[in-house]
Amino acid sequence: MTSAAASGSATAALPTRFCGIELAHPIVNGSGTFDAIAAQRAFGPALVEQFPFAAFVSKTVTLAPREGNPPPRLWELPAGLINSIGLPNKGLAGYLTHDLPELAALPVPLIVNVMGFTRDEVAELVSAFAERDEVAALELNVSCPNVETGLIMGADPAETALLVERVRPLTDKPLIVKLTPNATDPGAVAVAAEAAGADALSLINTIRGMALDPRTHEPWLGGTTGGVSGATVRAVALAQVYDVAGRVSIPLVAMGGVQRGRDADDLLRAGATLVAVGTESFRDPLAGARVADELTRIRRPDARPGARARG
Amino acid sequence: MSAGALAVTTDDGRRTLAPPGRRRVTVLARQQFGAYAVLRCADPGGPPPRPGQFAMLATAERWGGGDGERPFLPRAFSVLRARPGELEFLLEDVGPGTARLAELEPGDGLWVLGPLGIGFSVAASELAGRRALLVGGGVGIAPLAILQDELVASDAAVTALLGFRDGLHAAGAALLRDARIATDDGSAGHAGLVTDLLTAELDRDQAAIVYACGPPPMLEAVRALCAGRAVPAQLALESGMACGFGACFGCVVPTRSGYVRLCLDGPVLDADRLETALTPGAGH
Repeated sequence: MTSAAASGSATAALPTRFCGIELAHPIVNGSGTFDAIAAQRAFGPALVEQFPFAAFVSKTVTLAPREGNPPPRLWELPAGLINSIGLPNKGLAGYLTHDLPELAALPVPLIVNVMGFTRDEVAELVSAFAERDEVAALELNVSCPNVETGLIMGADPAETALLVERVRPLTDKPLIVKLTPNATDPGAVAVAAEAAGADALSLINTIRGMALDPRTHEPWLGGTTGGVSGATVRAVALAQVYDVAGRVSIPLVAMGGVQRGRDADDLLRAGATLVAVGTESFRDPLAGARVADELTRIRRPDARPGARARG
Repeated sequence: MSAGALAVTTDDGRRTLAPPGRRRVTVLARQQFGAYAVLRCADPGGPPPRPGQFAMLATAERWGGGDGERPFLPRAFSVLRARPGELEFLLEDVGPGTARLAELEPGDGLWVLGPLGIGFSVAASELAGRRALLVGGGVGIAPLAILQDELVASDAAVTALLGFRDGLHAAGAALLRDARIATDDGSAGHAGLVTDLLTAELDRDQAAIVYACGPPPMLEAVRALCAGRAVPAQLALESGMACGFGACFGCVVPTRSGYVRLCLDGPVLDADRLETALTPGAGH
């Protein structure tokens, strides 16, 4: 973990403090929307030199390895897409051995996203990362709509409270609960998570969606349903962030369809502390840096354009 | 490519690293070859792609984020041909993305991210005295053109066998040198499948290595044919991609060792890694 000054990312003109972590600016990535290790295979060290985010949120880690859902996994929508990826990952042991050392070498703080199928599994994951100095914060995935059991904990305030109460004593690191939009009242889940000891909340995750194969009229996605993301969910995200911000006092990581600085600015004005870029990174790997630059021009018109932090 | 561009290759010379951001390039020409269009762009800052590598393309204007309609994601295209400071791509108008790209005129802007993925292996050890058989189907002939350029430049023995549905599409064969053609409707060349031509070639002399790109049923026929005769084959596959650089995990194809991200570990795979080239969702 490094200080904001070491960030290779776009701009340091919007220094931001989040749960005690100093960041160069408020733009991070959504979990599962950027693979910093794979990106280095494609782009080499230039990716690290121009790292587009102020903190890196890694893809969901589960206790056991997962191969993910059968393909096809993607369906394009007007201004968005449905994904049905199914949380492929190497499992906790594989992550600690292979991924963590590489991600710890990034020039920004690392936030690790975890998901378990039971409260005990989540507790085991949280305990494993609690001891690791490379990890700045933990995000609990209680909201992935692609995996049956992921839906249950985060869709119900009481279930969410039980989970957070179970894992809260296991770590001093900031605990972020990633809310699902696929709940009757995400605001009520947010209130329950805060009361149970969450340090921050992130929202929104993808919204459950589906497509039929135009030729066979059967479900197109290998996982039958998937999660909708992209510009098409931006208005939903803004409404949920605005609602949750009015009901809790802990900081929010807001995401959903952010493509430009002004989308990030909207979410900050709705009450968020950080903003995550997700699907837009698929269209341009450096989208996070561009959004941070555009946001800086909106928020600090006095700031020298093109001023960049160098690590 | 340009004198100033530093190309770094990895993966045994099969991957040229891409700059990490998409870059805006200018369309120089669009030339029609029957049902296909060749888009030639100025790419002064881009590193030279290896044969079989691809790029993610999106038009600079009217592509997502504007009217809110499709296309939204960039589209993956194999590099057809590369010259210093220039890239060429082969288009067939089959959907909202390719339709928009096919409207581009000289002077228009194009977003390019690439070169991406792992291309064909043309190492001397790979060829090992074998002649190269390039087997293409439809718009899948694209990466075989840049591959042929490289093989010809190194004096390797190359034969190109290309299959198309009809004469209009067979006009694309002009993009390769001395290609032998098969058409489904018999309007040009051999009436039948390109795999008929491949079978005849292998019957004649099996000391060959096959490089193939085309629709999944063609690739599967090539895979099965080569596997049955112990002829090494490299297949350039297709899969729907959102990002092209390993971020979305959306383009996986099943291999004998599990799912691999085609954008990262492909799009060229050794045929013996596959149980089948009929990958779900491809060719859609």
